[in-house]
Amino acid sequence: MSFATNLRCRECHREYPLAATHVCEYCFGPVEVTYDYDGIRKAVSRDGIARGPASLWRYAEFLPCERESAIDIGAGFTPLVRAKHLGKALGLNNLYVKNDTVNPTWSFKDRVVTVAASRARELGFEKLACASTGNLANSVSAHAAAGGMEAVVFIPHDLELGKVLGSSIYGPTLVKVQGNYDAVNRLCAELAGSYPWAFVNVNVRPYYSEGSKTLGFEVAEQLGWRAPDHCVVPIASGSLFVKIRKGFDEFAKVGLIEPAKTHMSGAQAAGCSPVATAWAEGSMNFRPQRPHTIAKSLAIGNPADGYYSLVQLQQTGGSCGMVEDDEIVAGMKLLAETEGIFAETAGGVTVATLKQLAAQGKIDADEVTVAFITGAGFKTGEAVADALKPPLEIDANVESFESAYRALHAAAGVA
Amino acid sequence: MAIRRVRFTFPEQLIKEPLIYNLGREFRVVTNVRMADVDETTGWVVLELDGDVGEIDRSLAWAQAKGVRVDPVLGDMVEG
Repeated sequence: MSFATNLRCRECHREYPLAATHVCEYCFGPVEVTYDYDGIRKAVSRDGIARGPASLWRYAEFLPCERESAIDIGAGFTPLVRAKHLGKALGLNNLYVKNDTVNPTWSFKDRVVTVAASRARELGFEKLACASTGNLANSVSAHAAAGGMEAVVFIPHDLELGKVLGSSIYGPTLVKVQGNYDAVNRLCAELAGSYPWAFVNVNVRPYYSEGSKTLGFEVAEQLGWRAPDHCVVPIASGSLFVKIRKGFDEFAKVGLIEPAKTHMSGAQAAGCSPVATAWAEGSMNFRPQRPHTIAKSLAIGNPADGYYSLVQLQQTGGSCGMVEDDEIVAGMKLLAETEGIFAETAGGVTVATLKQLAAQGKIDADEVTVAFITGAGFKTGEAVADALKPPLEIDANVESFESAYRALHAAAGVA
Repeated sequence: MAIRRVRFTFPEQLIKEPLIYNLGREFRVVTNVRMADVDETTGWVVLELDGDVGEIDRSLAWAQAKGVRVDPVLGDMVEG
């Protein structure tokens, strides 16, 4: 059963019932779900969780909706990979990769959407909606289909065909909006205020964002019931970054692990780096930016949890890096070539930042470090296509193959 | 032209300054206080800023440079 009790404003701490509310009516601060932790402590155990389903719903007691009525297409409980080869390349002796590329729609968004969709249906909503450039749209479309709900998904008019297909296969109402990023933002803010739909990252955002903390739960469980020493997490809205740490803290609060001392470090693309820029300037205020980066899934210029991300960086002794587009591509290739994981551009941002922080000595070589890889590479194939080795082209005979193969090895200096 | 809703949080040393008035004088932005709670030591204000997008951005950067914490009331809606 769920032990959620209320929504509480993060700023003024006023409390509200568990409805579709995302900002405090008094101070407009963000609200988040509160829980009866004494109740959770009595209800959960390591063994009980280990016997649960192989999805994030094994942690249902920590989530704001009921497991029995959840829209569950298998999000979560993804592999935690001991990344020996990548670690060796970066000089990190205890590196792990949390591989969230293998979720049902190939990104971590399935975690937040399964929770948002489930809660939205509990609250009586019949339609799910979102505005997205890719991953979120895919996940909302899939969960709505599985949950017997209607989906209305707004996308920029110039989105690549592959990303459109990843949503349209599930049968949503797909709306291509003419205009730039700001225009889509403005339109959707207006629609969210006037239509009785569950906009997953707006009016049901308090529930949506709770899905992210399951990444923290899983990592702690998969490490043998302990929090890591250091995490490197991509920052878009900042919600994922903040909630992973919340996962460790909640597990500690109910006695499943020792209190976490995890350093939380953030990763951003230089072309959209409001948090990393503020951090570099030593400021606790970020300035909104116009995104211009190949890491489109991280392209949030005005992040809702930007301030809270900066607070967390400071409180946990973390660091925040930013990397250029060519470093992002190199990061994607490095992860693929060392660990066999094809990540989208956001994964390239994480790996390139991990490399940067390791080289700067901001991650100790022996720390148990986890890099979070949040989406699969086929979604952003165009970003790396030009940087990859072309295939050998041969005629259909052995001589042609051997000639081309020898030439390739000779060019690479191999005997 | 655009309207942006933001939340200003003032540190104690800025409580006595007419910062919102000065922002309106320095930049071609119309300020509209929608909600506020200010006392002798701390304060926050939810403001609507109406004007050119670039001018709004410049005015917010100016306020931050003065020491005000500026948060979006609603962050970007479009996610990856």
